[in-house]
Amino acid sequence: MMAWAMEWVPVLIKILVAFFVVLTLTAYLTLAERKFSAYMQDRCGPNRTGPFGLLQPLADGIKFIFKEDVIPTEVHRTYYVLAPALLLVPALLGYIVIPFGDTLIVAGRTIPLQIADVDLGILYIFAIAGLSVYGLFMAGWASNNKYSLLGGLRSSAQMVSYELTLGLSLVGALLVFGTSNLRDIVHLQTGHWDLGPLSIPKWGIFLQPLGFLLFLVSAFAESNRLPFDLPEAENELVGGYHTEYGSMKFAMFFMGEYIGMITMSALATTFFFGGWHVPGLAALNLSHNAAALAGVAAFCLKTGFFLFLFIWVRWTLPRFRYDQLMSLSWKGVFPAAMLNVFLTGFCLYAFHRFM
Amino acid sequence: MITQRPRLSLWQNLYLPEILRGMWITIRHMIRFKQVTCEYPEKPHAVPANFRGLHRLIQRPGGKERCVACELCLTACPANCISMVAADPGDPSVEKYPLRYEIDTLRCIYCGFCEEACPCDAIELTPHYEFASHRREDFMYTKDRLLDNNRFVPEGERVSKVQTNETYLRV
Ligand code: SF4
Ligand code: SF4
Repeated sequence: MMAWAMEWVPVLIKILVAFFVVLTLTAYLTLAERKFSAYMQDRCGPNRTGPFGLLQPLADGIKFIFKEDVIPTEVHRTYYVLAPALLLVPALLGYIVIPFGDTLIVAGRTIPLQIADVDLGILYIFAIAGLSVYGLFMAGWASNNKYSLLGGLRSSAQMVSYELTLGLSLVGALLVFGTSNLRDIVHLQTGHWDLGPLSIPKWGIFLQPLGFLLFLVSAFAESNRLPFDLPEAENELVGGYHTEYGSMKFAMFFMGEYIGMITMSALATTFFFGGWHVPGLAALNLSHNAAALAGVAAFCLKTGFFLFLFIWVRWTLPRFRYDQLMSLSWKGVFPAAMLNVFLTGFCLYAFHRFM
Repeated sequence: MITQRPRLSLWQNLYLPEILRGMWITIRHMIRFKQVTCEYPEKPHAVPANFRGLHRLIQRPGGKERCVACELCLTACPANCISMVAADPGDPSVEKYPLRYEIDTLRCIYCGFCEEACPCDAIELTPHYEFASHRREDFMYTKDRLLDNNRFVPEGERVSKVQTNETYLRV
């Protein structure tokens, strides 16, 4: 009994903390989005609820929960109700394998700061992320509304195309690291190369700059963010697949999108920016736990930067046209990702052969 | 219509440099933040001095209206929102005065024609504009209320400085 509890209690705590952090972050991401967009447009953003509008997400949440939950008459009820859940749940599940820190040592036990240490971590994330397209398409189909249907169609085509490039853009990185376990990938990125006076951290971005760029583009498309937000496209499709949704169901779509953003940011951090690795931290001789916590902070900071990037790009770029989106995917990103894979393979071969 | 699209150079077709240029613009606005929002209810919105807001009936030194009920404003008003009943004040110094003078500000378009038309400088549009209400009656400005609107202009300007023309007004 004791051993069982020792095994599961830390896991449960990690799950709870991770979920709490992610959901809170999602709520505050909406505020950040509104605030930053306002600052970029010389406005001041929401500032009525609480100091600097900090209670705005709370107010929004209360509003969403207490709004009347309308189900339009002509919708396919089962799919209509199922769709938001089908989008939100996979988005939340994606977190399980992301390592947000090194290990903590509590009472003699080593606790890895990751909910599940899965060897096929990245494949798991892709598999789970691939499920979200069902939610979007189901919503579009079940709503019995032409705009929703168009949004759903667009989203399925877009997601399928960019899923491919998303996976392919990471193949190069996987070749370099030689593992698909996310924790191992981060471990491989700790350390420095000393190039004369310069000491650069062994982060993935220096090995895979092209891969990083392609990943970023695909990640934007995969999380339906501007400039690739065609499934929603407020000014063409009203709201795309979620036109017919209201109250908490709409909020679930919204959360799904933002959580997807967080997952993509965390992935980018893990693959290309050394996860929890802080350059030069090893020289400080901190205790193991303190270093781990600093690592968690670093991870959050790096992820935060990517989230900011998502927002920043959204409020800078206009939306692609649909054919442009597709040709960018199949004629631009896809060949480039292929090229990246071949180049990486070639370089690795040459490296192992001749060095 | 055939839209001629500009031919882009290779540099522009690469997307990235142009995207970075755009992102530099947005981030520059964020760093050199100059708020253009005016937070209205807290910070009052400054209007120019000749702003056409709520009307007032300009006072005579005694506090009574200068209006001589000539009905020129009423005739000029394009929205037909001024109504009046003229009467004899029984005061030898004043020939005629408005017994009732009413402006329906719900119909008023704040054109200021009444002010232009008035030969006695008796009506004016003040810069005051915050008179929202939930009740329709509140928008019917009677003579008393119009005289009371003098509180929206500074003390020294409540009485007209225009020299009275004896033809119209024998003060
Ligand atoms: S401002 Fe124009 S519409 Fe209003 S009362 Fe005067 S003349 Fe009529
Ligand atoms: S034009 Fe002037 S004097 Fe004549 S009725 Fe109107 S306010 Fe009175």
